[in-house]
Amino acid sequence: MRPVAPITELHPQYPLEEQPACRESQPFMEIDRLSLHYGEKPAFQDVTLAIAKGCITALVGPSGCGKTSFLTCLNRLTDLITGCRVSGQITIEALEVLAPHTDVIRLRRRIGMIFQKPNPFPLTIRRNLEFPLREHGIRDRTQLAQMIETALREVGLWDEVKDRLDSPALALSGGQQQRLCIARALVLSPEMLLMDEPCSALDPLSSGVVEDLIVRLRGRYTILIVTHNLAQARRIADDVAFFWIHHGAGRLIEAGTVTQIFEEPRDPLTAAYVGGMRG
Amino acid sequence: MAESMKKRLNMCEGLAFVLVWGTAALVTATFCWLLGDLVWHGLSHVSWTFLTAPPENAGRRGGIGPILVSTALILGVCLAVALPIGIGTAVLLAEFTSDHSLFGRVTRRSLDVLAGVPSIVFGLFGNAFFCKTLGLGFSILSGGLTLACMVLPILIRSTEEGFRAVPTSYRLSAAALGLSRTTTLIHLVLPAAVPGLLVGLVLGVGRAIAETAALIFTSGYVDRMPESLLDSGRALSIHIFDLSMNVSGGDANAYASALVLVVLLLVINSTVSRLTAYGLQRKIMTV
Ligand SMILES: Nc1ncnc2c1ncn2[C@@H]1O[C@H](COP(=O)(O)OP(=O)(O)O)[C@@H](O)[C@H]1O
Ligand SMILES: [Mg+2]
Repeated sequence: MRPVAPITELHPQYPLEEQPACRESQPFMEIDRLSLHYGEKPAFQDVTLAIAKGCITALVGPSGCGKTSFLTCLNRLTDLITGCRVSGQITIEALEVLAPHTDVIRLRRRIGMIFQKPNPFPLTIRRNLEFPLREHGIRDRTQLAQMIETALREVGLWDEVKDRLDSPALALSGGQQQRLCIARALVLSPEMLLMDEPCSALDPLSSGVVEDLIVRLRGRYTILIVTHNLAQARRIADDVAFFWIHHGAGRLIEAGTVTQIFEEPRDPLTAAYVGGMRG
Repeated sequence: MAESMKKRLNMCEGLAFVLVWGTAALVTATFCWLLGDLVWHGLSHVSWTFLTAPPENAGRRGGIGPILVSTALILGVCLAVALPIGIGTAVLLAEFTSDHSLFGRVTRRSLDVLAGVPSIVFGLFGNAFFCKTLGLGFSILSGGLTLACMVLPILIRSTEEGFRAVPTSYRLSAAALGLSRTTTLIHLVLPAAVPGLLVGLVLGVGRAIAETAALIFTSGYVDRMPESLLDSGRALSIHIFDLSMNVSGGDANAYASALVLVVLLLVINSTVSRLTAYGLQRKIMTV
């Protein structure tokens, strides 16, 4: 198992135009015949998918086809849901994500998650970032301050909040809260980000800002984003995976590069969906 | 057609208005009348001497000094026992037990039944168990422990509600950041559950401080200044009961004591809600 990069190692800051390409190495994560049941009811079944390292993979499909459930398997958040059963295999490099002995705390530090509804803690802006850092063992004041600034700059929030770091995070606007949540994930230096419809609770303007931010993160993080917005998937994704409900359970119908899915879909269902006729 | 509909709607609204405000006015008026009655009859007898002096002539004259001390001690014992057990059980029920598990269901059901048990039953139980079986006799300790048994169900259930009211999204987002369950509990869930805990505390203390039936068999009614927790001590509510029922000519002091009791309750109530507001603000600012 590859050791987790020390949290203190700051990200290399790539200038925008020379982002590292996303399709050079082997996949970051491989998912093999993954299924999830809530009690007896399947949420999705038999999903096999590889997530390319450093790329943005968009997960599209109608409501209730198990996209959110799928994301929560990948960082084992499913452990918190009673009556939820996951089978199949998820591997990150040599790490077996679903193995019982896997250290979920380390796993979740490698895989950050952004939720549909912005959910900063009811603390100050500064404490929202400081609290997870402290819990992961960083105590030095100057180092904390610096990491917080870096993360806030990365999400373009620094100039907006630098004078009120000690005011409540819940007083921020929805878009700012969502960017704070992204900063809170980034400050732990994850390798992958899971984003569950991060723009859908935001107004169009904030949604655009968050979308631009996600594009800027390409290359440095492996991103898996659920979106309802096909136009958005087309604008930002490198790869697209299309889910559909089949006999009451979600299925992966087709996955491929964004051009392949949108221009030459192999499955008629995909063709109809991206053509805007269904879903 | 549309006109008559509008009229009917207006009438409905008027009726609702009268009902809502009428009820509010009735409740407030009852409270004011009660308080006014107490103040009218009792205020002239309340003085510093009354609050500190020992009762004389079975309480007809003198004050309530030792009685206040006993009441405070009984309440202290009650809280010292009930708070840790109550919070612990609430955490266990809300955070570590699933809604459908047998343990959770049985415990919750038992607590709900216990919360409705008349206090005289607690008094008899306390007398049998703490005074006799454990040999604590008629004492402040027995009284406090009995009260603790009595307020625990209320305290646990409202604290548990406080925990359940904390949005799941906090727990999920904390877990997604790799924070452990304990950290999440202590730093995020517990502070957010404090309002529920304080509601339980106010209800519990309110019930405890005004309790008569459960104490008469356990802490007794000796009105001397207690020297230790194993001494018998008379609580304020028992004093009021005794003065108004058993002592002829004790009415004036009964009124004065009742006024003190009500003022105490009001003070506790407002202090706790003030603390809640202050605590929450501090939590946001500094933690
Ligand atoms: N905690 C849960 N318990 C039981 N059923 C759930 C739970 N979460 C989601 N489901 C069910 O699983 C299915 C997939 O839901 P979800 O993953 O939220 O889909 P999506 O995000 O694609 O809309 C839905 O039918 C939903 O009702
Ligand atoms: Mg969803």
